[in-house]
Amino acid sequence: MKEIGKVTGQAVPVRGDDIDTDRIIPARFMKCLTFDGLGEYAFYDVRFDVNGDKKDHPLNEEVYQGSNILVSNRNFGCGSSREHAPWALYGIGIRAVVAESFAEIFAGNCNSLGMPAVILSHEECGELQDLLEKDPAAAVELDMEKSVLTAGNKTYTFTMPETYRKALVSGQWDTTALLLDSLGAIGMKNEELPRFTPA
Amino acid sequence: MSENLLNKVWNKHKIKTLPTGQDQLFISLHLIHEVTSPQAFGMIREKGLKVLYPERTFGTVDHIIPTDDRSRPFKDKLAEQMIQAIENNTKENGIAFFGPDSDSQGIVHIMGPELGLTQPGLTIACGDSHTSTHGAFGAIAFGIGTSQIRDILATQTMALSRPKVRRINLTGSLKPGVTAKDVILRIIAELGVNGGIGYAYEFGGSVVDNMTMEERMTMCNMSIEGGARVGYVNPDGTTFAYLKGRRYAPADFEKAVAEWKELASGPDADYDDVYTIKGEDIEPMITWGINPGQAIGIARPIPRPQDLPEDQRKTAEQAYDFMDFEPGEPMIGKKIDVAFIGSCTNGRISDLREAARVVKGKKAAPSVHAFVVPGSRSVSDQAIEEGLDKIFTEAGFEWREPGCSMCLAMNPDKLKGREISASSSNRNFIGRQGCPTGRTLLMSPAMVAAAAVEGKICDIRTFSQE
Repeated sequence: MKEIGKVTGQAVPVRGDDIDTDRIIPARFMKCLTFDGLGEYAFYDVRFDVNGDKKDHPLNEEVYQGSNILVSNRNFGCGSSREHAPWALYGIGIRAVVAESFAEIFAGNCNSLGMPAVILSHEECGELQDLLEKDPAAAVELDMEKSVLTAGNKTYTFTMPETYRKALVSGQWDTTALLLDSLGAIGMKNEELPRFTPA
Repeated sequence: MSENLLNKVWNKHKIKTLPTGQDQLFISLHLIHEVTSPQAFGMIREKGLKVLYPERTFGTVDHIIPTDDRSRPFKDKLAEQMIQAIENNTKENGIAFFGPDSDSQGIVHIMGPELGLTQPGLTIACGDSHTSTHGAFGAIAFGIGTSQIRDILATQTMALSRPKVRRINLTGSLKPGVTAKDVILRIIAELGVNGGIGYAYEFGGSVVDNMTMEERMTMCNMSIEGGARVGYVNPDGTTFAYLKGRRYAPADFEKAVAEWKELASGPDADYDDVYTIKGEDIEPMITWGINPGQAIGIARPIPRPQDLPEDQRKTAEQAYDFMDFEPGEPMIGKKIDVAFIGSCTNGRISDLREAARVVKGKKAAPSVHAFVVPGSRSVSDQAIEEGLDKIFTEAGFEWREPGCSMCLAMNPDKLKGREISASSSNRNFIGRQGCPTGRTLLMSPAMVAAAAVEGKICDIRTFSQE
């Protein structure tokens, strides 16, 4: 599994608290059997009006095309457990998300994709968004080993659950292999815990 | 100090600590539905793995299934494809499946408890955030993503960090007209939509002791709307009485009850945080904004920015704008276009009884499209036996087939244009009910029923006295 040491590129500010998973990917686009192609629908209803014409949104702006890091605010990804949400972001090229806080299931889903979801303070997120609005081309780098984000000439120390960070830097974010190591113990637990027999 | 229920159940299911620091947790019961599972089956197929313990996974269809015409193939080709996928995946892997024609089909969080699958002391996971519902039985139940569905299918375990536990004490008793839905909306309004991040909520106190299992399910269901992935109630006599005689209830029931009693948090249990709300202070609630925390007592005005903590003002501004509501104005009297009674929050038989009591002998306002979607086939059967379907149809409501329907609007039930929906569901996010410009007001099923009759929002406490 790939070790995620650094994410380097450009960042797009998507301001707002409590940006929910229905906004990231409206439910009507989840009628699919794979996660391919979901990028087309990322933030669909805030990017396009009912006629499919582009609305004012940073993800529609020329200067942010090709961004691979998204910077938002408090409680990003709240709502549903849909893994479609991080996959939709992945589909538009996002490889890391920065916010003041994340909904728990969303943060876990990001990690399952090998996509860091890292936390800066309210002030730092605001400052970073200001910077990106002034200088959309600013080079941004997340150093996962050092937990440091640099943007232009600014440096921030980010946080994230240490378990997630370790999984990313050691390339153990695809958990299946890790879990399969314990098949013996799993078998014992299965015997020990109640099972379901219909009356 | 003694261990709380969460820690006891966690320890019982823990396999080991993983190198990443997360725990490997055995999942006793895994529930699947048609929207978040097909990719997981694809992933295990791709890795050449098989389902390790198919007898611990149960499936149904709820999210996409139409609630009107159920003839196959469904008119929506994508819906047909997805339902065929879960039919094939469960069949190929020997997983019990309660499909569209099953007498047990229903919203997965209504079906599990009805079948007696949901039991105290289990770890329960499902690819749906409202899995917290099952916590009402003293299970540790939580929503997961598709990669974790894959992990559970392949290993019956998942990687997870143990949450902290916040005890929420609900003291005293509830006033007339106040329901479990109002209790949870009040908790979210007080603690915030992100207040529960990192926590499991343990609900207790005399208000909870006196709740039925269905009320406890409504409350635990919306823990996630408060940011808490897990919400639970300690098992007691009410829990055991509900489970006794259900299809999957343990054969040696008395032995199981003795074990379940041991799991409950004792009076001296240790918590990371404790929060108390007086039952008497809770009023019937309604949301006025674009997240479930933007809720107020029904008779109160929409908060003005200066009444709100500074960090909530930006989202409030967005909400006034999207809802087209003015700060300071009342919610009572707001016209509605749609009345939706259903969902995993409030689609159970007691919810339908409450709503039917309100509409009996009355008519829905002609301007309102009112409909009832029972949460499961057995809720529907029971309601028909009691004649509730007739009460609703005579009042001008549509009576539908079971499913999630307009809670998330993946099936054909959707708002149009700028419609306002009075909804017994759980989320009022922008676009949630299937239309990017549609607006949702969350409330109890009785309040939805009253709003349908009046054609506008009203206070259930004065409505009942008419």
